[in-house]
Amino acid sequence: MEYFFSEEQKMIRGLARRLAEERILPRRMELDESEEFPRDIVDEIGAADLFRVFVPAEYEGLGGGCLDLCLVMEELSRVCSGVAISYAASALGSYTLMDYGSETLKRKFLPDIASGKKLAAFALTESGAGSDAGAIRTTAEKVPGGYLINGTKQFITNGGEADIYTLIVVTDKTRGARGASAILVEKGTAGFTFGKKEKKMGIRASATRELVFQNCLVPEENLIGRPGMGFILAMKLFDKSRPGVAAQALGIAQGALEAAFGYTRDRIQFGQALINQPVIQYQLAEMATKIEAARALVYAAARNADSSKDCTESSAMAKVFASDVAMEVTTLAVQLCGGLGYMRDYPVEKMMRDAKITQIYEGSNQILTSAIGLELRKRKAKTE
Amino acid sequence: MNIIVCLKQVPGTTEVKINPQTNTLIRQGIKNVINPFDTYALEAGVRLKEKLGGKVTALSMGPPQAAEMLKEAISLGADDAILLSDAAFAGSDTWATAFTLAAAVKKLGQTDLILCGRQSTDGDTAQVGPELAEILNIPFIAYVGIVEEIDASRMRVKRMIEEGYEVMQSPLPAVITVTKEINVPRLPSLRGLMKSKSAKITVWTASELGLDPSNVGLNGSFTKVVKIFTPQRTKKAQMIGGEPAVQAECLAVRLKEGHLI
Repeated sequence: MEYFFSEEQKMIRGLARRLAEERILPRRMELDESEEFPRDIVDEIGAADLFRVFVPAEYEGLGGGCLDLCLVMEELSRVCSGVAISYAASALGSYTLMDYGSETLKRKFLPDIASGKKLAAFALTESGAGSDAGAIRTTAEKVPGGYLINGTKQFITNGGEADIYTLIVVTDKTRGARGASAILVEKGTAGFTFGKKEKKMGIRASATRELVFQNCLVPEENLIGRPGMGFILAMKLFDKSRPGVAAQALGIAQGALEAAFGYTRDRIQFGQALINQPVIQYQLAEMATKIEAARALVYAAARNADSSKDCTESSAMAKVFASDVAMEVTTLAVQLCGGLGYMRDYPVEKMMRDAKITQIYEGSNQILTSAIGLELRKRKAKTE
Repeated sequence: MNIIVCLKQVPGTTEVKINPQTNTLIRQGIKNVINPFDTYALEAGVRLKEKLGGKVTALSMGPPQAAEMLKEAISLGADDAILLSDAAFAGSDTWATAFTLAAAVKKLGQTDLILCGRQSTDGDTAQVGPELAEILNIPFIAYVGIVEEIDASRMRVKRMIEEGYEVMQSPLPAVITVTKEINVPRLPSLRGLMKSKSAKITVWTASELGLDPSNVGLNGSFTKVVKIFTPQRTKKAQMIGGEPAVQAECLAVRLKEGHLI
């Protein structure tokens, strides 16, 4: 279908596909088994300038937006969403800095993020604070010389691998949700260590780790935005980043459809290809239709995130819809590939495991559905 | 360091079919690419430039559409690209090709190193590299797998041979052909692709190279292609059965009968 991309966007998509097929595909299975972070592949993504697409031109980027990032995410995820999320997590970890950081901080960090020399990560989640982000306990106490950070962040994508971390921390315990702030911490800062590396169901090439802060002193100028703005910045960040996860889900679903199509075309039973059976054709057609619907919504949401301030609803819709499609399509793909589909030698079971996380992270589909409902009620209230 | 990398545009598959009526390659529907072996030469040139400074010029002789391939070379790190294109160059054999490339090398002036792929995937002759060195009267080393040391005046390389490798040293300027052991060619970068899109490819004709049309193309070629055909499979296999000792004896008798041993 024609989605009216610019020449540059077609170039981005073409290069991301080539990189995924030539450099990631041959290593996909090995990375899934070993759960090792693919530093060399991340370096190649950097060398191909793909990190530059989401960084403004004045900081060595190419000045693209959410849509350009989504094109890369879709193509990388079509082959391996574990590698893809390691890429996108760097965008997640740098958007707050890009949009609200001081000029000094942006000049200091963004060029290295753009080149891929340094990875970024974003840290909000804690053991007691998932969907209920207001329950975070990691504190940043104002002291002479900066902020003293104490606490533990959990399930942080790119944890241990990233050099630059954007944290949401409590700077004023008395103010509840309005007492949180965003602050940037560099790997190697005294008092900042890494805890347990998680063993995951899917996206196993990506690193998910605890961040441990024990009297970690960070200079005051590392604060992003004003104190107390932390939650607002985090919510704005997710509005912008959710289309990226939606694109991840879309890419996984596309990869699964292609694998299922290839298998059912080649597999001969009862003297003919499986794909000749009406029941199989029907399922493939339904998968393809749902994927295309998800694709249209993801691109529309990404364009909306690039052009409109009000994108909470559209980003949430894209993320919920595309991730549900990914789960459904990958489950069906395993079914269509039968016994072989269940084997770890064949890629669809990995895609099914990978798809699950897209329904969970960057706002579970339940909490996002509530958010969509809330937006609907707000809109209705405005028109009445 | 001024580096020239010679590139050839070839059909993008090793399974090119031949039209049985005309005995020519069927090129329809086949995408042209940089000769895969040449991509290693280009990568080697770009890496040397990144390490030592200087400039990489991609050079090719071919029809006008080879300009697209040279743009690709720019996206992969070449600073500049020159296409030698003229109706007079049509039908060149390896010698006429090397002769034309040599004229361009001379026109470019100061050159320290010329890199070529070990051979092309279409013609498969592996002759243009050595002929180019011969015409330029500079040293030549084939099948380089590793450049161990290099500076402005000389280099030491490992030349891959069947049994292993030979270490060779040569003054510069020189021509080398490289094997795929030398590197893993990079993918293009977005910045490179953008640069290449707007890149102007310089085109030099026979007159711009100061070449007499009678010395280039078909006229300047020592070899003539009389006919291209797919060889008929005429081998008739005979299977010798029985125990290994019996088979060996039977084989020896047959070979003697045929005066082969």
